[in-house]
Amino acid sequence: MRKRFSPDTMFEFAVGAVAFTGVILLAVLLLGELVLGAMPSIKTFGVGFLFETTWDPVFEKFGALAFIYGTLLSSFLAMLIGVPLSLGIAIYLAEVASSNVRTLISPVIELMAAIPSVIIGLWGIFVFAPFMRDYIATPLAKYLGFLPFFSGPAFGLSFLTAGFILAFMIIPIVSSITREALLAVPVLQKEGALALGATRWEMIVMTVLPYSRAAIFGAVIIGLGRAIGETMAVTMVIGNTPQLAASLLAPGYSMAAVIANEFTEATGDLYLSALIEIGLILFIISILVNASSRLLVWRYFEVRDSK
Amino acid sequence: MNWKYGIAVILVILALFAGCTGRNEERTGQGSSGTTREQVQAQIITLNGAGATFPYPLISRWSYEYNKINPRVQINYQSIGSGGGIKQTMAKTVSWGATDAPLKESEFAKMPGVLHIPETIGAVVIAYNLPGVGSGLRLSGEVIADIFLGKIRRWDDPRIAELNPGVALPDRDIIVVHRSDGSGTTYVFTDYLSSVSSEWSTWVGKGKSMNWPVGLGGKGNEGVAGLIRQNPYSIGYVELAYATTAKMTYAYVKNREGNFVEPTIETISAAAAGAAPAMPRGDESWSDVSIVNAPGNDSYPISSFTYLLVYKDLSVIPGMTEVRAKALVDFLNWVIHDGQEYSTALLYVPLPDEVVKLNEDTIKLINYNGKPLTG
Repeated sequence: MRKRFSPDTMFEFAVGAVAFTGVILLAVLLLGELVLGAMPSIKTFGVGFLFETTWDPVFEKFGALAFIYGTLLSSFLAMLIGVPLSLGIAIYLAEVASSNVRTLISPVIELMAAIPSVIIGLWGIFVFAPFMRDYIATPLAKYLGFLPFFSGPAFGLSFLTAGFILAFMIIPIVSSITREALLAVPVLQKEGALALGATRWEMIVMTVLPYSRAAIFGAVIIGLGRAIGETMAVTMVIGNTPQLAASLLAPGYSMAAVIANEFTEATGDLYLSALIEIGLILFIISILVNASSRLLVWRYFEVRDSK
Repeated sequence: MNWKYGIAVILVILALFAGCTGRNEERTGQGSSGTTREQVQAQIITLNGAGATFPYPLISRWSYEYNKINPRVQINYQSIGSGGGIKQTMAKTVSWGATDAPLKESEFAKMPGVLHIPETIGAVVIAYNLPGVGSGLRLSGEVIADIFLGKIRRWDDPRIAELNPGVALPDRDIIVVHRSDGSGTTYVFTDYLSSVSSEWSTWVGKGKSMNWPVGLGGKGNEGVAGLIRQNPYSIGYVELAYATTAKMTYAYVKNREGNFVEPTIETISAAAAGAAPAMPRGDESWSDVSIVNAPGNDSYPISSFTYLLVYKDLSVIPGMTEVRAKALVDFLNWVIHDGQEYSTALLYVPLPDEVVKLNEDTIKLINYNGKPLTG
């Protein structure tokens, strides 16, 4: 039994206080502030706010559906494009590449994560969007235009372009975390599989991936969190048109983008409040995504500790 | 253990609050601090302003030049957007505000005694990317409105061809580009469209952010310009300074007298001069003021003032002393006279004499607790 006011307990107070105020209090205050700010909009539009696509600042008719749709669709596309690529990179670096190649490429990929999103956005609008229009979107619209997902016209600014840009942004994070998880797989397991006659491919599929499954899933969720919250890069390439288009080549809009675009010049209480309500919805979605990622990562560490 | 954490949490919260109060005192500058600091404050007068982003380059130039003439006066300007400028002026946290659009009736009612001082003029240019066609495509307000309503969809539409005999218009769809961020530029443009098209004013209206019937949204002037440059057969609107420096091709727009006018500093200044006789006094509501479609043979029809907001009785602002108020009035007087000569180099349009005269009368209204501040 320790003394009541030993340095140890004091230290516990201090770090405990920081944890409580820094994290929980901040989150609660943030949520409270958002709810308070969104109140006029919540009272005026009710639940209908979530299901309405019109966004008309002049006549003060607001609905968030087009933005929620844009955020979810562009993030989903980013996952679809980015996750397989990230897994490939991670497997290559952890299992296939020689250690020289690994030490050369790994830092480069991690550096990519440090590129500011506005730079990626500018590259997106000036380089990638025209490329997208000429070499990807236009051929897609021409040859697969009979499918509703690829019906034209193709401008280069679209859900799909935003998906690609977001994929570029999540690949460094997802592939780095996944690589670490793969490297954490005990050598004994891998050697066991090889000793039983497995090829390298079978060894990866049958032992390495199942062992690190939870961590990879955690990495994907962290990437998803980044994709959902990304603002500058998306607003530059998504086209900023609030609509529920089935075509991936059509321009759209996202929640973070509309806040960034309109907040500074939003005059009028209801207008401002509607923007804050979008922030609240984004906050809730981000919390849900991050909470699930935490749970998964915790589970992963428990699995490893018990071994 | 839990109660100990509880106490620690409470202590930290208290510390945070204490920190906040401390900072408030500092901001108003009215605390009973030592004499040295008061002396320093007497020497340097800092006047904070906040608001619109559009006039920011010009205001920061003014701040620099004015500080050279009056080293004691330091003008700070935060370009946080017109909405923020209006809010901070309303909350009296800044000495002066700036906004691209005049205060709405409802906003004006909440800020009794606030004055509008137009400080410079901005214009909106209709820029396009038509391979083989240079600047000078002729457009009328009705045609521009119908393009942005999605009713005119192709470049070889007879209504465009009719205005441009001899120009080979391509047989292509029009790609419409607009601003996606809330902006004074959008306000001026939609104000113009509302004034020339009843359909536009009924269904779309005017504002800084819009529910656009058609088109792609680009962020900022550079976003719109980038989209226009990359997409042949597109059309959009950008601020004059941006169109000129980015060397974009732009349209001549039909004015009220039926002339097609190129946007230049002279034609925009002519529009402001033409609109001056109908303008209200500085302390009246300016919510209806607009110089789009102004009369005059050479008036370019799509332009607007941008305003400084100043309280008539400056003593209502916390921390404002008579000396500081006098310094602000001197600065405002300098802005509307000598300050105007810096406009042209930065591609802003200087105020015409008629508006300078109006501003002189407005600035004479400014007082400190009833005491006039101009000699």
